[in-house]
Amino acid sequence: MDIFSDLLFDYTLRTVALGSAALGVVSGAVGAFAVLRRQALLGDAMSHAALPGVALAFLITGSRTPLVLMIGAALAGWVAALAVIGIVRASRVKADAAMALILSVFFGAGLVVLTFIQRQPAAGKAGLDRYLFGQAAALLEVDVITMAAVGAVAVLVLLVLWKEFKLLSFNPDFAASLGYPVRRLDVLLTSLLVIAIVVGLKTVGVVLMSAMVVAPGAAARQWTDRLGVMVLLSAVLGAAAGVAGSVISTTAHTATGPTIVLVATGLVVLSLLFAPRRGVAWARIRAWRRRRLLALEAVLGDLAALSAQHSREPDHAHHIAALYAIRGRAVVDRALGELAAQGLARRTSGDAWTLTEMGRERASRAARLRATQAGAP
Amino acid sequence: MTPAQLEVQLVAVVVAAACAIPGAFLMLRRMSMMSDAISHTVLLGIVLAFFIVADLRSPLLIAGAAIVGLATVALVEVVNRTGLVREDTAIGLVFPALFSIAVILISALAGDVHLDSDAVLLGELAFAPFNRFTPFGLDLGPVALWVMGGILLINVAVCGAFYKELKVATFDAGLATALGFSPALIHYGLMGMVSVTAVGAFDAVGSILVVALMIGPPAAAHLLTDRLPRLLGLSVAIGAVCAIGGYWLARALDANIAGAMATVVGVVFVLALLLAPERGLLVTARRRGRQRWEFARQLLLIHLATHEGTPAADDESRIDHMQRHMRWQPDFAERVVQSTADRGLVTRDADRLRLTEPGRHAARLASLT
Repeated sequence: MDIFSDLLFDYTLRTVALGSAALGVVSGAVGAFAVLRRQALLGDAMSHAALPGVALAFLITGSRTPLVLMIGAALAGWVAALAVIGIVRASRVKADAAMALILSVFFGAGLVVLTFIQRQPAAGKAGLDRYLFGQAAALLEVDVITMAAVGAVAVLVLLVLWKEFKLLSFNPDFAASLGYPVRRLDVLLTSLLVIAIVVGLKTVGVVLMSAMVVAPGAAARQWTDRLGVMVLLSAVLGAAAGVAGSVISTTAHTATGPTIVLVATGLVVLSLLFAPRRGVAWARIRAWRRRRLLALEAVLGDLAALSAQHSREPDHAHHIAALYAIRGRAVVDRALGELAAQGLARRTSGDAWTLTEMGRERASRAARLRATQAGAP
Repeated sequence: MTPAQLEVQLVAVVVAAACAIPGAFLMLRRMSMMSDAISHTVLLGIVLAFFIVADLRSPLLIAGAAIVGLATVALVEVVNRTGLVREDTAIGLVFPALFSIAVILISALAGDVHLDSDAVLLGELAFAPFNRFTPFGLDLGPVALWVMGGILLINVAVCGAFYKELKVATFDAGLATALGFSPALIHYGLMGMVSVTAVGAFDAVGSILVVALMIGPPAAAHLLTDRLPRLLGLSVAIGAVCAIGGYWLARALDANIAGAMATVVGVVFVLALLLAPERGLLVTARRRGRQRWEFARQLLLIHLATHEGTPAADDESRIDHMQRHMRWQPDFAERVVQSTADRGLVTRDADRLRLTEPGRHAARLASLT
């Protein structure tokens, strides 16, 4: 219970938790759209590209105010996104190469500026290297307030233009035919993604922030087919991963970014496995049930076919060996047990089996159904 | 130049060349972002292999890293094949997760081992000459040079031996399958090459620069040529230029060498984008401009030819009529008329235009096409 009282009363932990919650909500909500619009890798490129923005903002203004660094990061991320789009449009270079190029070149340029700053005698390190992997423990109240305020603006824009963004994400051609300014909406939604990335930079770091944008959305997608529910759930999952990850990292002294990302990845794995209807585990169970039902029908059919050889004596029992000759032992054993339990077959003596009245009816109904289906055009 | 400076540049050039070869195929197969994914996750391989052999200089680290690189590819495919998320999301989920595990493991070991996650990301090429290869007490140069030289040789050999397979599988996957080349084998072979190169390189230059050197030079070369052998050669050459240019930029700014090289890669790409002889932006813009004038002149000739000898000819051949009829700005119209007259296709007669014989011929040709 200590951790809960600490969350409420310990200044550092409370700051960290609030900040991570804010970043989780924003990156979750905006990231849900990025996942739907296949911008996961663009997010990766933009978050790496934010590094020179942070460094240059510090170099030019000499200020460490969160808002200033965030604006620098956002501008750099935005320029990077535009550069990717521009390269793809103006040349034969494909989107994947453009993203890899912009990502590494911007990041490299960021490193140059960063090392340049570090070797300036007056400036000191300015803690800018924290932006690589993030450090939640370094969050101050002013950081959290800035993150929450900037994030709130992004979420507000998302809500105001909800219908437009929804249309843009699912059917941009239709949106264009209705007269919506698709290009401008596209740029705006991508800008919101930049903002979501920038909000988390100090906590999660440029290297891993892209995962925070992708993971909550990918997890939420598995639980629902409705956009509103998905975005809400994505925000909740993002906040949960953010708070859990940063609290773990602060108490266990691990790097914050990686810890948050691992928690978020855990949520994705759980969702991929166990989300109702879409989950891999459920799909396996459904396939297994279907196989068992098919085996049941098959053995029922086998028994019916055997007894058809004795038309004057429909009750004639057959030795189980006859069934083993047709299908695998395990299949037959399991199916017979189930048929008996359902009252469709019964054991007459020893290992001899016959269909009950009900079983014969069921078998002939199945046979008729197969016949009509086979005869259907 | 001191020997150490020369060695740093030599290592950088070898790294650039070794990266460019698998990178060119990655780019052509539209899988550039896999270089980003693999160059991050090989760190996990190094950490895990380190747990087993407890020696940072063991060649087993490279093997471990290569295996994890391939595991990354396989894991992306597993997630992708569930059909629950798209491929970009699958990549964006898998590699940050594996990288996070590696970073946390490293920070857990931090006290005992010289393995620093910052160094892995950023690389420090300047230290390459300090780590010497000294078998039997003989100083044979930096270890990094030998490791990367070996990887470069492997890449050249693999690319040479399977050139035809790689080429066909890259440009026509269907044909490759029909010819009996296993796409999976080629795919994983290439990814193995990428993984080994990434491990070897990031010790020297850091994982982000691996991406820059793998994708940047081939992307720039792609703008300059249409032929695969030339693409490979140009990629290696551009990579080498970026490596040396980056080194001197870093010295001038007293900054991180890997970062400076990536920056130079960006500059070279922009230059190629602007100045490429056939599809550079400048050439394209000039061609468009020329075509615009050419089109305007043809329009004028055809207009005059159409009305020539008709009752309206007198009215239709007035210069100020062109402005209204073609909706040309007055000075644009004037310049079109002037350039057409300069070519001897029309003559001016006060404010009227008359086709010359070559002009009539040109109009006929233009309206035929």
